[in-house]
Amino acid sequence: VDLSLSTRTEGDRTVVAVGGEIDVYTAPKLREQLIDLVSHGNYHLIVDMEGVEFLDSTGLGVLVGGLKRVRAHEGSLRLVCTQERILKIFRITGLTKVFPIHSSVDEAIAASD
Amino acid sequence: LTAGETVPRSSTPPPVRLQISPTAAQVRTARLIAAAVARRSGVADGQLDEIRLAVGEACSRAVRLHREYAPTELVTVLLDGAGDFSVRVRDAVPAGSEADGGDSLDGIAAFDGDGAVPAAFSLAVIGGLVDDLEIGPTPAGSGTEVRMRWPLAARSGLPTT
Repeated sequence: VDLSLSTRTEGDRTVVAVGGEIDVYTAPKLREQLIDLVSHGNYHLIVDMEGVEFLDSTGLGVLVGGLKRVRAHEGSLRLVCTQERILKIFRITGLTKVFPIHSSVDEAIAASD
Repeated sequence: LTAGETVPRSSTPPPVRLQISPTAAQVRTARLIAAAVARRSGVADGQLDEIRLAVGEACSRAVRLHREYAPTELVTVLLDGAGDFSVRVRDAVPAGSEADGGDSLDGIAAFDGDGAVPAAFSLAVIGGLVDDLEIGPTPAGSGTEVRMRWPLAARSGLPTT
């Protein structure tokens, strides 16, 4: 299972739908995508994790890196995730306090300020 | 075996010793094999996700360290389902090489996003995930061993597949 990425725009939000496995092997691809979006002026990102089957600390690091980048431009990075096994990883690493986590893309869009 | 005897389906599978080159792709290989051996050893299905993640973290930590300090050495993974399911991941990097910072949960949130994700992030995840965890020197003393154990589900004699 590899990583799939698709990006779409919703108003001034950019939704990145991620599918497959985010691990030490595929995380660089997600990282490049996030850097590319920010460098093109997309500062309000919503990362949809509903299609993610596996996430490790490398993936967490990439998401934290993305958050730091958008914040440098007063932007935001919101996550969409309802899968318990993925949420657990955010909980045990304390990152539920760092990322706003939503149960749907619509909710994330509505929450964006 | 005499006629009529069969090998119980729940018998302990033999231990597995795996050596992987320090590449990201081989972390996946180790993860898949560990989950397969865990399942055959009789670990409850509900714990397989945790095992996959923990073994992946232990291996990616070792691989990241090897790439920096010991790129020609192999990472060793020992899987054993006797009594409980134990996983030992051994690197060949002298203790103390690991970069400081990031070995606590605060370290992940404080990561600035530049450069490689520190190998110590993995230990933070493993620490939060695995109850029975020991980290110490390898028997040969030349690196670090991450040992994790999970209980086996009650052996019912029924196939666990």
